[in-house]
Amino acid sequence: MRLTHINVFAFVEQQQLIPNLFRTEYRKIVSVLCKRFGFDQVEIAEDIAGDTFLTAWQTWPYKGVPPNPTAWLYNVAKNKAKNYLQRNTVFESKVSVELKITSPDSYETEIDLSPQNINDSQLQMMFAICHPCISPEAQIGLSLRILCGFGIEEIANAFLTSKETINKRLFRAKKKLREEKIKIEFPGISEIDERLSPVLTTIYLLFNEGYYSVSQNKTIRQELCFEAMRLCTMLTENKNTNRPQVNALLALMYFHASRFEARLSKDGELILYDEQDTSLWNTDLISKGGYFLNYAATGNQISKYHLQATIAYWNTQKADTKEKWENILQLYNHLLQLEYSPIAALNRTYALSKVNGKQNAIIEAEKLRLINNHFYFMLLGELYTGIDNKEAKSNFKEAFSLAKTQAEKQTIKKKIDKL
Amino acid sequence: MEEYALIMRHEDGQKIASPEQMQIWMKQTMDWIGSIAAQNKFVSGTGLSFAGAKVVRPHHVVTDGPFGEIKETIGGFIIVKADSVEEAAEFAKGCPVLQGEGNSMEVRKIAKNDGAH
Repeated sequence: MRLTHINVFAFVEQQQLIPNLFRTEYRKIVSVLCKRFGFDQVEIAEDIAGDTFLTAWQTWPYKGVPPNPTAWLYNVAKNKAKNYLQRNTVFESKVSVELKITSPDSYETEIDLSPQNINDSQLQMMFAICHPCISPEAQIGLSLRILCGFGIEEIANAFLTSKETINKRLFRAKKKLREEKIKIEFPGISEIDERLSPVLTTIYLLFNEGYYSVSQNKTIRQELCFEAMRLCTMLTENKNTNRPQVNALLALMYFHASRFEARLSKDGELILYDEQDTSLWNTDLISKGGYFLNYAATGNQISKYHLQATIAYWNTQKADTKEKWENILQLYNHLLQLEYSPIAALNRTYALSKVNGKQNAIIEAEKLRLINNHFYFMLLGELYTGIDNKEAKSNFKEAFSLAKTQAEKQTIKKKIDKL
Repeated sequence: MEEYALIMRHEDGQKIASPEQMQIWMKQTMDWIGSIAAQNKFVSGTGLSFAGAKVVRPHHVVTDGPFGEIKETIGGFIIVKADSVEEAAEFAKGCPVLQGEGNSMEVRKIAKNDGAH
């Protein structure tokens, strides 16, 4: 009887252990193997990595969890890869004699799973996947699949689309990367900043996919955010990629993540900044953000991530001071000069209302003319509240009809009812 | 949509105002540019320093600058997108240098493949 109980506990523990290991180790195995085989054999690398976890899933419940599970996984992956290479070599030497002569390397079946090679391979894989020759959606999809070990269904859920769409998207992206003969390697030092740019964009989109996702599933959303932060952390741990803008992005994500618990209700409904329970803001994550923002303040380049991280820093300050809003306004002024986005334009106008008053902000808001954007009408509704409630109501109604999700409609309805 | 340069012509603020007043003007200028950028109409721009300027004339004649009458010196410019010169002039109206009597804004279309440049 007792034995059965122990086994049950062990089983439950493994059920947690394997998915956790999958999250962190899958990408390492795929990256190392893919680097060894070349990107054209990425599917084989994925198969071997997947197979390795299947073996663990089948063996551990009966034989027990090995003392060093990670080393066990590497070993199994290594053997599977060696078998594959040997089979391949035998095939090649029988079928194509020239190959045997021209590429003596093909007999080399050693797989390098040293920490150094694992780290390098993962980062190089990141650069390969975030290659500007494929679309941003494809870059995120591939990152989720290869770097984060997400299942096709999880990716489809995150994008609110079907498994077929995701499968097609990933297939096409891999094909394109093969055709372009993308290598798994570090860009040259002089190219680093330029090549980092799409990598950081993908990481931030991945984060936003979780943070602003329309998906109501809180766990999936949080998981996406943490994966993005993990990838960014890896970039800060390598001396060539530990650039100020990378630290700024990491700081930005820490500051945002600090409000994760406060901004979503139990049912995944969005709670607006003003209505959040500030005691739920995670001070540990805020101070980590501060640490990386400090680290980002080297060099003389101010990236959009520096500006956004500094705005996010001010948003972690609870006190509604003039200093806070003046700083936020100037940061948005600067950010919009670097890169326009409707959301930055709307947030700038909100900050302006806090600094120069609602009347002034209404004049500025009406110049924005974002007439297909429900946030635009929400802002106008907010600004007119207390000044012209009739006007406020009609703007909120416009926002209501443009809002895309039920959760947003609910939030807007509450505003209308209050007037 | 065309691009227009909004050229600020004004007196050197540092000669007539306190650092605090300069700070206020700087903020107002940033708010003015931010307002244009929030409408997705900002292209680029820069301020120009009044100090260390030179004017170079034919025959290698170099004198201390900047060029022009005190209140007509170029202090900076921004380039904006606008449908018409009237819309560009509308943007220029908001520039804080116009608080100074005698200062002005010059609105000029950027010449692009018009055959004359």
